[in-house]
Amino acid sequence: MTMKQWLLPSLFASTCLFSIAAGAGPIEKYSPVTADRLKNPEPGNWMLYRRTYDGQGYSPLNQINTSNVKDLVPVWTFSTGVVEGHQSPPVVNNGVMFVTTPQGQVIALNAKTGDEYWRYKRQLPDDLFQLHPTNRGVGLWQDKLYLATTDDHVVALDAKTGKVLWDTKVQDYKKGQYLTLMPLVVDGKIIVGGSGGEFGIRGYVVAYDADTGKELWRTFTIPGPGEPGHETWSGDDWKSGGAPAWMTGNYDIETRTIYWGTGNAAPWPGETHPGDNLYATSVLALDPDNGKIKSYFQYHQNDSWDWDEVDAPMLVDLQRDGRTIKSLIHPGRNAIFWVLERKPEGIKYVAGWPFVHTDVWKGIEPNGKPIVDPAHKPGIGKRVEFCPSLWGGKDWPSAAYSQNTRLVYVPANENFCGGFTGEKLPLVPGQLWLGTKPEDIGLKVRWGATHFGELQAWDPATGKKVWSHNFPKSHLFGSVTVTAGDLVLVGGTNDRMFRAFHAKTGELLWEQKTNSGIVGMPVAYEVDGTQYIAVQSGWGVDAQRIQDALATQNDVGVENNVPQGGVVWVFAVKK
Amino acid sequence: MSSPSDQTRRTIILTALATAVHASAPRSVAAEEDAPGSDLRPQKADVLVFAEGDHAGEVITPQDLNPGGPAVRAWPKDPKTSVVRKGSRLNEVVVVKLDPAELDDSTRPRSADGVVAYSAICSHAGCPITAWGKAAQGEKDVLKCVCHNSEFDPRQSAQVVFGPAPRRLAALPLAIADGSLTVAGTFVGKAGAQQGG
Ligand code: FES
Repeated sequence: MTMKQWLLPSLFASTCLFSIAAGAGPIEKYSPVTADRLKNPEPGNWMLYRRTYDGQGYSPLNQINTSNVKDLVPVWTFSTGVVEGHQSPPVVNNGVMFVTTPQGQVIALNAKTGDEYWRYKRQLPDDLFQLHPTNRGVGLWQDKLYLATTDDHVVALDAKTGKVLWDTKVQDYKKGQYLTLMPLVVDGKIIVGGSGGEFGIRGYVVAYDADTGKELWRTFTIPGPGEPGHETWSGDDWKSGGAPAWMTGNYDIETRTIYWGTGNAAPWPGETHPGDNLYATSVLALDPDNGKIKSYFQYHQNDSWDWDEVDAPMLVDLQRDGRTIKSLIHPGRNAIFWVLERKPEGIKYVAGWPFVHTDVWKGIEPNGKPIVDPAHKPGIGKRVEFCPSLWGGKDWPSAAYSQNTRLVYVPANENFCGGFTGEKLPLVPGQLWLGTKPEDIGLKVRWGATHFGELQAWDPATGKKVWSHNFPKSHLFGSVTVTAGDLVLVGGTNDRMFRAFHAKTGELLWEQKTNSGIVGMPVAYEVDGTQYIAVQSGWGVDAQRIQDALATQNDVGVENNVPQGGVVWVFAVKK
Repeated sequence: MSSPSDQTRRTIILTALATAVHASAPRSVAAEEDAPGSDLRPQKADVLVFAEGDHAGEVITPQDLNPGGPAVRAWPKDPKTSVVRKGSRLNEVVVVKLDPAELDDSTRPRSADGVVAYSAICSHAGCPITAWGKAAQGEKDVLKCVCHNSEFDPRQSAQVVFGPAPRRLAALPLAIADGSLTVAGTFVGKAGAQQGG
């Protein structure tokens, strides 16, 4: 046995895993999650990343609404005991709540009382390099849960006990491969996409059998030799060109098509990877049965700005130009609000407009290709500034669509610009490979800016902004949820507030200060006839990075005082 | 828009670069992992070698380092077997040469000729310490982890002076033998992140 063979089993032993039953567990009554329940979820449950497969982030519950939200009070809280960015939605299935935390923990709670049933703690390897130490939630299927981990495994747990049922290694964390997303569950397939664009990986989406953890298919987001699109890469760039797929996709039930967003090309300066670079910064239409790419739309070519477009577009039936458009709506990190159409022959461009200030685009061609201003495109050996910053007009935190108001609510960042000096640097597996020195990355506030964060309401039918709420002292870095009670729920600011806005007018109706800042996704659910609102507070990751960068700019006057530590907050209307 | 000839030349340069990286990296990494002792933590009497740059692999002497920084990344190397301890990233250190008068009482005894060494793995989430520059608060240059902006003061046992890191970096005591920097003891403190990265 060589030394390497000997090392492998010992490595596995050091990363193995267990769950701790605690408090009220195990769960006695559990409602198995079926394909039908995921396709048509009960109004009181939140079982997918954005509640429904269309990714709208809309709850049909209206017991809490614009008239009584002022009486919303915390009914229970739960400290996770973990620091860093708590980004997952509290997932709720008939009275049982599952939250995930950074560092691969899953906690099962009684959604009514906050009592803990059990907790799974992943034992992460000591030498793990976690650039984004976070997790965005568990996928549900039958009586199992699925967790994607930062040491690049997918783990199946027994929903009632937290016991590990299978554990599949996806790729090698030592090469910068990691996972942060909530798995997408479609008809017994557990589908995840890889993170690691900043380590020079080749992105992919992969499906596993829900019962066994066996790999069913894997589709690389950069085509290999002989595959369509390969010609958009030069030489061997495709092997390390990024295009990660680190956010959960959405799913069109009617056509059985998954829509999955992809991230930037690697390393950052486009000169280091000449070509259009398919399928980086795109949305892919995938067949859930075999992973085949049916169609795609690339939001921008030859990415040079680190603009991941991983947040999957929302599926919306849109009344526009006198007809119903089966649309895809994506407020992009590249500052363009995209309206696309799901046509039988593939994804087609309908309209696009900037939703925050940008100096990178000079317009959009009729086919949807944005026209770049070369003065604001980073290159090798020169410092280039561009707006918005590399975190974009809207990063991964999700927008929401209300079926009541027919508006799209966008957690936007305005007035931030950035820049860096591009460099050609050798790829060292497992080391950051950005194409610039990390310390050279800049974030600047535009001169004369009166605010940074902006919650925006857009009418996708007309392209008009209907209202916006500005945050003068904070960026906005949290997902938005909207309810049939016409409440727009969002955290995301550095003052630790959780807020409810009037979906029609943008009026601030309610706010509550929490323990930390909120980068988690709010949800609405119901148990025994009572509606609740839940969100995790726990600041960290990129929200913290932007905050730190702002705090060092004296003239901006933002204090860096956001405490860390995760708490699940659950609210109801005071009776 | 570049001319076609520019484009071609650039493509060739990039391809050559990429090929060189792909051809050499896996072989050398595998060899390092396989070498006995390569994943042992730094041992007393190890020498330190440059981890990157033109002098990668060469033994570091105090004269190689600029007073006042920047910090450089280094690997321990077993002088008897010549094995560089690259088998675990937890073995990588950063060294920086400072004015001995600036060092506090716990740091000075671990220094050699003003040079101090610390684990290069951030105690927050396990990123490498890559930067040396002015602190977010104050005028001094400090060790920085750019992943989430943690800063460590190498004059005070690398205590955290900014950012989310929960504790100081592990310190590696140094000495000088035959003009080279050598390791004088094992890590003081835990190398690595708060919980598995
Ligand atoms: S890993 Fe160093 S600050 Fe987060």
